Amino acid sequence: MRSRVIQLATLALASLMLLAGGAMAEEATKSAGFWLNMPEGVTAVSRDVYALHMKIVWICGLIGILVFGVMFYAMIAHRKSLGVKPATFHESTLVEILWTVVPFIILIYMAFPATKTLIAHYDDSEPDIDILVTGYQWKWKYEYLNDSGEKVSFFSNLRTPNDEIHNESPKGEHYLLEVDEPLVVPVGKKVRFLITANDVIHSWWVPAIAVKKDAIPGFVNESWTRIEKEGVYRGQCAELCGKNHGFMPIVVNAVSEDEFNAWMAKKQQAAAEIRALMDQELPMEDLMARGEQVYNTSCAMCHGGAGEGTGIAPALKGSKLATGAISDHLAIVVNGKPGTAMAAYGSQFNELDIAAVVTYERNSWGNNMGDLLQPIDVANAKKGQ
Amino acid sequence: MASNQGHASYYVPESTRFPFFAAIGLGLMVLGAGGLLNDRLAQADTSTHTWMLLAGFALLIVILWNWFGLAIRENLQGLNSAQLKRSYVIGMQWFIFSEVMFFAAFFGALFYVRHLVAPWLAGEGDHDGFTNTLLWQGFVSDWGSTVLTPQQALLAAGGEQMIAMNGTFNAALQDMSWKGIPLYNTILLLTSSVTVHFAHHALKAGHKKPFHVWMVITLLLGFSFVYLQGVEYHHAYTEMGLTLGSGIYGTTFFMLTGFHGFHVCLGAVMLTIMFLRSLLAGHFTPDDHFGFEAASWYWHFVDVVWIGLFLFVYIL
Amino acid sequence: MGEHHGPAKGLSRWLFTTNHKDIGTLYLWFSFAMFILGGAFAMIIRAELFQPGMQLIEPDFFNQMTTMHGLVMVFGAIMPAFVGLANWMIPMMIGAPDMALPRMNNWSFWILPFAFLILASTLFMEGGAPNFGWTFYAPLSTTYAPPSVNYFIFAVHIMGASSIMGSINIIATIVNLRAPGMTYMKMPLFVWTWFITAFLLVAVMPVLAGCVTMMLMDINFGTSFFSAAGGGDPVLFQHVFWFFGHPEVYIIILPAFGVISEVIPTFSRKPLFGYASMVYATAAIAFLSFVVWAHHMFTVGMPIAGELYFMYATMLIAVPTGVKVFNWITTMFKGAITFETPMLFAIAFVILFTLGGFTGLMLSLAPVDFQYHDSYFVVAHFHYVMVAGAIFGMSAGVYYWLPKWTGRMYNETMAKAHFWIGFIGFNVTFFPQHFAGLAGMPRRIPDYALQFADLNMMSSIGAFTYGFSQILFLFIVIQTIRNGKPVSDPKVWEGANGLEWTLPTPAPYHTFATPPTIK
Ligand code: HEA
Ligand code: HEA
Ligand code: HEC
Ligand code: CUA
Ligand SMILES: [Cu+2]
Repeated sequence: MRSRVIQLATLALASLMLLAGGAMAEEATKSAGFWLNMPEGVTAVSRDVYALHMKIVWICGLIGILVFGVMFYAMIAHRKSLGVKPATFHESTLVEILWTVVPFIILIYMAFPATKTLIAHYDDSEPDIDILVTGYQWKWKYEYLNDSGEKVSFFSNLRTPNDEIHNESPKGEHYLLEVDEPLVVPVGKKVRFLITANDVIHSWWVPAIAVKKDAIPGFVNESWTRIEKEGVYRGQCAELCGKNHGFMPIVVNAVSEDEFNAWMAKKQQAAAEIRALMDQELPMEDLMARGEQVYNTSCAMCHGGAGEGTGIAPALKGSKLATGAISDHLAIVVNGKPGTAMAAYGSQFNELDIAAVVTYERNSWGNNMGDLLQPIDVANAKKGQ
Repeated sequence: MASNQGHASYYVPESTRFPFFAAIGLGLMVLGAGGLLNDRLAQADTSTHTWMLLAGFALLIVILWNWFGLAIRENLQGLNSAQLKRSYVIGMQWFIFSEVMFFAAFFGALFYVRHLVAPWLAGEGDHDGFTNTLLWQGFVSDWGSTVLTPQQALLAAGGEQMIAMNGTFNAALQDMSWKGIPLYNTILLLTSSVTVHFAHHALKAGHKKPFHVWMVITLLLGFSFVYLQGVEYHHAYTEMGLTLGSGIYGTTFFMLTGFHGFHVCLGAVMLTIMFLRSLLAGHFTPDDHFGFEAASWYWHFVDVVWIGLFLFVYIL
Repeated sequence: MGEHHGPAKGLSRWLFTTNHKDIGTLYLWFSFAMFILGGAFAMIIRAELFQPGMQLIEPDFFNQMTTMHGLVMVFGAIMPAFVGLANWMIPMMIGAPDMALPRMNNWSFWILPFAFLILASTLFMEGGAPNFGWTFYAPLSTTYAPPSVNYFIFAVHIMGASSIMGSINIIATIVNLRAPGMTYMKMPLFVWTWFITAFLLVAVMPVLAGCVTMMLMDINFGTSFFSAAGGGDPVLFQHVFWFFGHPEVYIIILPAFGVISEVIPTFSRKPLFGYASMVYATAAIAFLSFVVWAHHMFTVGMPIAGELYFMYATMLIAVPTGVKVFNWITTMFKGAITFETPMLFAIAFVILFTLGGFTGLMLSLAPVDFQYHDSYFVVAHFHYVMVAGAIFGMSAGVYYWLPKWTGRMYNETMAKAHFWIGFIGFNVTFFPQHFAGLAGMPRRIPDYALQFADLNMMSSIGAFTYGFSQILFLFIVIQTIRNGKPVSDPKVWEGANGLEWTLPTPAPYHTFATPPTIK
C-alpha cells in the first residue's frame, strides 16, 4: 500500500518537473525580451528546425520521465532502510531485446523529419539574389553578385564603441550586436549566400533564419534563406577566429522589395561616384581624410591607433617601408605578406582607399614623406604586376 | 589461452632509474626542438636550442641503450617467465598497430585531398563550382600530370587574388613516375622481407651461420633502399623542382615517403643491432629470440607500408 | 619475490617506482593537480563572463584560458585520472601481481609532467599560450598561431606517447595476467571498459600525433595540408582531428561507465543486471565511435550524403548507451539500496549523463545542429557528459576505493556535503547554458550581448560553488589519509563483490604474488 503511494507520488513529481521545464521554455519563447529557447524564426526552414527541436525535446522529456520514474521509484521503494531483501535476478534476454529495439524505432521516427528538414535546408537552387559573404579577421564583407550595373560591396564592422565594451559608458540595447552597415535583403525573395573567408575559418550565423555556415578560406559554401517578415535580425560569428571572434556581429536588415531596390540604386550610385573619383587627381587633404578613416577602421587594430604597432603587427611610425620607396609600401599593402597576419588589401579595398591609406601612413604620426598616391597610380601598379 | 602457466614467477623489478631520466631526456629534446623551430621562424641564432636538442637526444639514447641492455641481461639470467615474454610480444604487436594508425592518418589525408579536395577546387561537386569560379579560376584537377597549385593556376589564368594565400607554393616541373627508382626500391624491400624471413627460419633451426648471412643480405637490401630513396629525393629537389613546398602533391609525396623512409631507417638500425647481438655476443637461441623477431615484424610492417605507398603515391 | 619488500623510502620511491599502486597514486595526484589548474582557468573564464563588458582580462588571454582549460581538463585531468584508477585496480581485479610492463609503466607516467610543464610554460612565452581552442582548427592554429604553437605540438606528441604506452600496458596486463579461471566474461566491468578504452587509445592517439605533425610541417616547412592555395583544405584538419576527437570523448566516458557498473551493484546489493549486454554495448559504442566523427562538422558544408550518413550513424549510439542506462536502473530495481557517497555520485551520474546524452542526440540531428553548433548549448552538452559524467564517475570511484587504498574511511557527512554542494553547483552552472545557447550565445566569446546577462551570472555563481566543493573534496581526501577512521574489513562495503575485496584492507604493497584461482 505504502509503496504504491510513493510510486505514484514519485512519478507525478518527476513528470511535473519535466513538463514545467518544457512549458516554461515554450512560454518564455513567446514572451518578448528575455528568451530561453531557440527562436522560431522568420523563414519556413527556421520554423521546421524549431518544430523538430521541440519535438525532440518532448520525446527526450518523455523518455526521461519514464526512465527516471522507474529509477526514483526504486530509490524510494527499494531502500535497505525499509527492510527489503534484495532480489537476485540479473538477466533477461527479452527485456534486453526490447530496450534495444524500442529506442531504435524511436530513432527512426526522429530521423524522418530530420532528413526532410535537412533536404529542404540544402535546396539552394534557383536563387533570386546571390550574395558573396566573406569573413575577415574581424568583420564581414558583403558583395551582391548577380546585379546589372555597378558592383556593390561593403564591409560590415562592429559599431559598439570601445568605452561601452570597457564599461566606461552605459551599454546600448544592441550591445555587440550592431554594425556600421548591415546586410540588406528583400523579403519574399530567395537569397543565396555564397560564404567564404579570407584568412581563418569564420561561421556566418543568424539564428532567426536558421542559417549557420562555416566560412572557409579557399572554399565557397552555400546557404540560402527566404525571409517572410520585415525586420532586423542579428547574429554573430560562430567559429573561433582569433582575438576579436566575439566582436564580429552580423546584422541582416530585411526590407520590402521596393525599399530594397531603392537602397540598391543608392548604393550603385555611390559606387559610381567613387569610380568617378578614381580617374581624378585628388588633393592631399582629401586623401588624408579618407586615409585616416580607412586606417582607423581597418588597420589600427593591428598597427595601433597612432601607428605605434601592437603585439600583432610592427609599428608603421618610422618604419622602413612607410618611410622608404613608395612602390614598396604600396606593394605590401596590395599584396600583403603571405604567411603573416598582414593581408592582401588589394582585394579588399578599391584603388581610392588604398591610395588614401598609403598616403595617410606616409604623412602621419611624424612620418613626413610629403608624397602622395593617386588612385590611378594604384590601378597602374596593380596592372603592372 | 593466456592464463595457466608461469604466474608464480612473474618478474616485477623493484625499482628503476631509467624511465625517469629518459623522461628528462625526452623533455630536453622537445624543448630544444620547439625552441629551434621558433628560432628558425624568427631568424634568430639556433645554437643553444640545437645543443639542447642534441643533449636530450644523447641522454635518451644512452638510457635506452642501458635499459634494453638490462632487459636482455635479465632474460639471459632466466628471470623472464614465458608469461613475461608474452607481455613483450603483446607490447610489440600493439606498438606496431599504433604505427599503422599513424600512417593511416597520412594515407587518409592523401585520399581526401586527392579524391575530394582537388575536384572541389576545380569546381566539381554539388557546390555549383563557385569555389572554382570565384576563387581558383584556371585550376584543374588532374593529380599526377601537371601539378600546378591552385595559387599558381589562378595567377597563370590572370585571375585576381581574392583571398590571403597563407604561404607561397611552387609547382613541380613533373610528377614522380613509378618507373625507375621506385620500382627498384619495391623489389629491394620485398626481397628483404623474404630474406629476413629466411634468416628467421635459419635461426629457428639453430643454424647461426646462414642466419648471419641472410641478415647481412637483408641489411644490404635495406640500406640500398635508403640510399636510392636519397638519390630520388635529390633528383626531385634539384631537377624536378618537386619540394615540400610544391603544393599538396609535394606535401603528401614527401610526408608519406619521408615517414616511411624514417621507419625503414629505424627498422634497419634494429636489425643491425640484432645482427650484432648475435654475431658479437652470441645472443638468440632457436626458441628464445624475441628481440630479433620483434625487429623482423617491424621490418615486415615497413614493407607493407611501402606497398601501400607504391600503389597509391606512385602508380595510381 | 616481493611480498616482504615494502616500498623504498623518500623521493626515490616515487621517481623510480615500478609498483602499480605507486604509479596509480602518482597518476591520481597528478590528475588532481591538473584538475585544479584547469579549474582555475575555468574560474577565470567564469569571472570574466560574470557580467557583460570586458572587466578582468583581454580577449586574447580569454582565448588562451578557454584553450588551456579544455586541453588541461581533457588531457591532464580526466585521462590520467582514469589511468590512475586502472593502474590501481586492474591488477587487483584480475588477480595479477602487477602491471605487465612495470618499467614502461613508470615511463608512461613520468613523461606526462614534462608535457604539461611545457604546455603550461607557454603561458609565459612571447605571444602567449595557445589561443585557438582545444580543437585547434587550422589555419588559426597554423598560419595565424602564436609562436608557442610549436611547443604545444610537441607537448601533444608526448601526451600521445604516454597514452599509447599506458594503453599497451593495460592491454598486455588484461590479456596476459588474468589469474587462472578469470575468463574474459568473468572480468569486472571496469576491466572490460578499460580494455576497450585502451584499444581506442592505441587506435586514435597516433592519428592525433599525425594531425599535429601535419600542423608542424605546415607551420615550419612550407607544406600545404591545410591551405587551399596549395591544394590542401582546412577542413582536412577537422576530419583528422575528429577522427581522433570523437573516440576521445568515449575514451573519457567509458572508464566512468566501468566505475558506475561496479558501484551500483554494490550499494544495491544485487548483481549487475545484463552483464553480457553491458560488455557488448561497450564494444558497440567503441565501434560506432570510429564512424561518426563528422557530426562535429555539420556546418562545414559537407555534401548532403555525408551529412545524412553522419547523422544516422551518430543517432545509433543512443541505442547501446541506452542499454547501459537501462541495465543500471534495472540493477537498482528490487535491490536493497543504501546511499553512501559513492552511490550518490553514481545515481547523479546516471541522471545527469542521460540528460547530457539527450542533448547529444539533439546535436546529432544535422538540421537542428545548424542552430546549436558552436553555441553554449554545446558547452552545456559536453559538460553534462564530461563533468557530471566523467568527473562524477571519478568521484564515485575515489570514495568507493579510497578505504581499500588507505585502510581508512572518509568522513561520510563531509563527503555528502561535497556531493550536494557539487551537485547543486554543477546544475546551476551548466543548466542555464542550454538556454543561453538556444537563445543564440556563441561559445568562446569573452563578452556577450545583454540578453544573456542573467543566465551568465547564474552560471558563474554556480561555477564558484562547484569550484568550492572541489576544495572540500581535496580536504576530505587528505583528512582521510591522515586521520580517517581505520577500517580493516577486506570487504569494506557490505554489498561489495570482486577480487579486490578479498585482499586485506589497506591493500598490501604487492598484490597477488601468487595468483588466486577463480571458480
Ligand atoms: C564524455 C564525453 C561525451 C559523450 C559521452 C558524448 C556523447 C554524445 N555526444 Fe557529444 N560532445 C562531447 C563529449 C561527449 N559527447 C564534447 C566534448 C563535444 C564538443 C567538442 C567541441 O567542439 O569542443 C561534443 C559535441 C557533440 C556534437 C557536436 C555539436 C556541435 O559542435 O555542433 C554532437 C553532434 O552530434 C554530439 C553528439 C553526441 C551524442 C549523440 C552522444 C551519445 O553518445 C549520447 C548517447 C546517450 C543517450 C542518448 C542517453 C541515454 C539513452 C537512453 C536513455 C536511451 C533512449 C534514448 C533515446 C532513444 C533518445 N556531441
Ligand atoms: C573534462 C573536462 C572538463 C571539465 C572537468 C570542465 C570543468 C569546468 N568547465 Fe569546461 N570545458 C571543457 C572541458 C571541461 N570543463 C572543454 C573541452 C571546453 C572547450 C574548450 C574550448 O572551447 O576550446 C570547456 C569550455 C568551458 C567553457 C566555455 C568557454 C568558452 O567557450 O569560452 C566554460 C564556461 O563556463 C567552462 C566552465 C567550466 C567550469 C566552471 C568547470 C568546473 O567544473 C571546474 C571546477 C573545478 C575547479 C574550480 C577546480 C578546483 C578549485 C580551485 C581551482 C580553487 C579556486 C576556486 C574558486 C575560486 C571557487 N568550460
Ligand atoms: C591582422 C593584422 C593586420 C592588419 C589589420 C593590418 N596589418 Fe599591416 N602588417 C601586419 C603584420 C603582421 C605585418 C608585418 C609583416 C612582416 O612580417 O613583415 C604588417 C606589415 C605592414 C607594413 C609593412 C611595415 C614594415 O615596415 O615592414 C605596412 C606598410 C602595413 N602593414 C600596412 C597596413 C595597412 C595600410 C593596413 C590596413 C589597410 C594594415 N597594414 C592592416 C598585420 C596587419
Ligand atoms: Cu569570425 Cu569568429
Ligand atoms: Cu563526437
